[in-house]
Parts: sequence; structure tokens; C-alpha cells
Amino acid sequence: MILLSPVAALGRATMAMVATLGRVSMFTAQTLRHMITPPYYPHELWHALIAIGWLSLPVVGMTAVFTGAALALQIYAGGARFSAEAVVPQIVAIGMTRELGPVLGGLMVAARVASSVAAEIGTMKVTEQIDALVTLSTNPMKYLTAPRVLAATLSVPILVAVGDAIGIMGGFLVGTSRLGFNEATYLKNTFDFLEVWDVGSGLVKGAVFGFLIALMGCYFGMNSGRGAQGVGAAVKAAVVASSVLILASNYLLTEAFFSS
Amino acid sequence: MIELQNVKKAFGSNAVLCGVDLSIAKGESMVIIGGSGTGKSVTLKSVLGLVTPDSGTILVDGKDATKGDRDAFLERFGMLFQGAALFDSMKVWENVAFRLLRGPRKKPRAEARAIAIEKLRRVGLRESVGDQFPAELSGGMQKRVGLARAIAADPEIIFFDEPTTGLDPIMAGVINDLIREIVVEMGVTAMTITHDMTSVRSIADKVAMLHEGVIKWTGTVAEMDATDDPYVQQFIHGRATGPIEAVR
Ligand SMILES: Nc1ncnc2c1ncn2[C@@H]1O[C@H](COP(=O)(O)OP(=O)(O)OP(=O)(O)O)[C@@H](O)[C@H]1O
Ligand SMILES: [Mg+2]
Repeated sequence: MILLSPVAALGRATMAMVATLGRVSMFTAQTLRHMITPPYYPHELWHALIAIGWLSLPVVGMTAVFTGAALALQIYAGGARFSAEAVVPQIVAIGMTRELGPVLGGLMVAARVASSVAAEIGTMKVTEQIDALVTLSTNPMKYLTAPRVLAATLSVPILVAVGDAIGIMGGFLVGTSRLGFNEATYLKNTFDFLEVWDVGSGLVKGAVFGFLIALMGCYFGMNSGRGAQGVGAAVKAAVVASSVLILASNYLLTEAFFSS
Repeated sequence: MIELQNVKKAFGSNAVLCGVDLSIAKGESMVIIGGSGTGKSVTLKSVLGLVTPDSGTILVDGKDATKGDRDAFLERFGMLFQGAALFDSMKVWENVAFRLLRGPRKKPRAEARAIAIEKLRRVGLRESVGDQFPAELSGGMQKRVGLARAIAADPEIIFFDEPTTGLDPIMAGVINDLIREIVVEMGVTAMTITHDMTSVRSIADKVAMLHEGVIKWTGTVAEMDATDDPYVQQFIHGRATGPIEAVR
């Protein structure tokens, strides 16, 4: 019995994980269904685009500019070890567009959006606003979840594109002001080297991350426990789950896109 | 019109409803009384499908309420939640007009607003309140907005969960008259939860008392005053001692 209990505990944990996985899959399927079937709520979608996309611009921009700048310094220092300082523009560009733009941008949006979506929907759940929606013949999945997930899926790629540009600019500023690069050469090296798929793959990642962020925010909000404590736990779970999912799916997508 | 048969519901180990039987005729005003925490709100929510009973049947117009098109089913209902449950992201008038701004009963915005303002007036709120946000209102005002929202789309069946709690005596009187008026003039079927005996007397056709998970007593207001049922007696006279324990 004593020997068996760790096994039983492991079994229970596995069962719980499988159950959660099942619930999340069901939730995802429902979300997708409600995204494509009427009625649609364009007004809600518009609000979500503003809240998730537009208002995340400053955060994503700040993240990108400092990341691009630091990246330029590191590549320069690292490249100097084998006299390859000249690759700074190319590596900054590829690093930002393929990896750092989508991943860091995604993580910042996760912190900002998964938390606020989970808190908002969780509070609505706790104060019976979700029940009230149902009694007013409005499906909360359609009215709350679908517009937010759609808005995040559409707007995070755009945020990533803006982040890419700002990150490259951060590298450019450091490269030209501190590392002695010629401005025209820096830009020429960046754009001659960069391929469409470098940027494109980052945007696809952005769409996947956006989907995951809003999905987790809505899922944990809708399943929030009772009271302020329940909402707090939902917010924490939404941020943790979306961050981990971003990193894990980033690896899988990179594997799918770039491993030969 | 609404019939609950042997409805049971437990939350974990907390058995709340242990076989509720209740029937409400069309156009009747049923008031549910009973101690705090006995499951009155849960009873209303089970009819609406917000809480799924563990067993038992709920019939509305002879049809199982848990089956069929939920949206069409809920179109017929209005519900005032105990905590008002107003949408805090929307203005008061948009809350009231929620049903009139989307879905099958969608009306032009100006018209929906006019109806909302009229309903707000009926619950004793000024037009200017319509442009405020729910968080800017007092508890009693929020309650009345919730009431206006419940009646806004002229539903056939309305549930009121403690409509007069938190209101001053005059406003409580206004709300009691309003509920009576809605039932008598518009033929609405109403189910009201209240702890306020004045309210019971002014709005009830019938009274049901919920205690320990079952309907302990049911009858008209006159029967309620005449009965020697010790539970009802203790409840309507508000005695601390009697068969109903004070610690629950
Ligand atoms: N979603 C829920 N999860 C767990 N327990 C619940 C839930 N909803 C209600 N309960 C429990 O059910 C019981 C009855 O609750 P209910 O809200 O129906 O009481 P009530 O009769 O309306 O009381 P009051 O007059 O104070 O409003 C309580 O013990 C409450 O803790
Ligand atoms: Mg209650």
C-alpha cells in the first residue's frame, strides 16, 4: 500500500491532466465553432481589437526596441571573438523576425491580455454577469470568448510585425551610434539578407500565440472559482498557461518550419 | 405553467434541494419564502438551467425545460438576480435595453433607448441615471436597474430574486406595486423570492415555504395568515425560537 501510493498519486495527477486537456480541447472546439457561426457581435470584436491589439502597441514596442538594441551589442561582442562583427545587421534581423519578435512580444501580450481577459471574465462569472447573459439569450462563448480570441489571433501578428520593425530599428540605432556601422550599409545588409519567410514565419507564430493567449484568458476566466480568490487564481493560471504554451508551441513551430 | 417535480441538487456534500415539488399556474404570482441559505436562489436558477439539478424534472408548459432550444426558451423569461448582475462595461440604459439591442428582438438604438428610459422611470429612476455606469449607482439603485432589465423585453415569465432588499420602505412599496401591476395587467407569471412580509402580502397569489430542501408549506396569503403550521408561524412573525433553528 505504502509502495503503491506514489504510483496512485502519479495516476491521479495524470488523470487530472488528461481531464483538463479534454476540457480545454472541448473549449477550443466550441470557441472555433462560435467564431464561424452567427450571430456575430462586431461591436464586441471592435472593442477587443482596441483592447488587445491597439493598446498593446506601447508594451510590444518597448520590448522590441530594447531587445533589438541589446541583441546588437551581444552579437557584436560575440562576433568579435571570431572576427565576425560585420554580421550584426543580419543576425539582429533574423533573430528579431524569427524568434525574439514573436516570442517576447507574445509573452508581453500574454502578461497584459491573458491576465486582463481572465480577470474580466472571471469577475463577470463571480458576479453572476455570465448567468445574466445566458438569461438574456446570449451565449457567453459567442459574446465574450469568440470576439476576444478572434481579435487576438488577428492583432498579435500585426503587433509582431511592428515589433520586428522596431526591434531592427533598436539594433540599427545601437549599431550606427555605438558600434560604428555606416547607416546605409546597415540597412542594406539587413534588407538584402532578410527573406520573406523569416518575417512570415514570425507572423504565423504571432497568430498562434494570439489565439492561445486569448483562449487561456477566456478558459480560466469562464472556469473561475468563487470570490476574489477564485478570480486571482484564474488570472495566475491564465498567465502561466499561456506563457508556457507560447514557449512550447514556439519550439514546435520552429521545428516544423526550419528543421530540415 | 411551471412545474418542479422532485428536484434535487447537492453541491459536493452540501445537499441543498432534497426533492422540491412546486407548481405555478399561468398568470399566477408565486412567492417563495424561507431562511437564508435554504436554496431559494438555486431553485430559480434550476428552472433557468443556470444550475443543473442532480435529478428530478422541471416542466415549462408541459415540456422538459432542460431539452430543446435554450435561446428560444429563455426569450420568454426575465430574471432579476439577487446581486443585480449588471454588466459593468455598459451604461445603465444599455443594460436595460440589452435584449433590444441585439438578437431577434433588435430595435433601432433610439427606440431601444426610449423603452429603457421608460422602464427605468417605472422603477423610479430618472432619465439621467440611464447614462451612468452601474458602478456609479447605490446598491438599491442597481437592484432597480436589474428589475428594469428583467421587464424590458416584456417577458411572459419573470423571476425576481429579492426585489425589495436594500430599498427604502417607499421605494419597496413602489416596486411591490409594480410587480403586482405587471402580473395583473400583463398576465405575467411571476416567481418572487423575498424575506419582506409586506412584499409577500402585496404581491403573492400563493406562497411557498422552502425549508431543509423541500417545500414545507404552500397556500394563499389568507391561508398563510390562518395556518397554525409552526414553521410558517415562526417565519412570518420573525421569532428567534421555534422549529426552525437560528444557526444554519
Ligand atoms: N454555485 C454554487 N456552488 C456551491 N454551492 C452553492 C452554489 N450556489 C449555491 N450554493 C449553496 O447552496 C445553498 C443555497 O444557496 P442559495 O443562494 O440558493 O440560498 P438562498 O435561499 O437564496 O439564500 P438567501 O436568502 O441568503 O439568498 C448555500 O448553502 C450555498 O452555499
Ligand atoms: Mg438567494
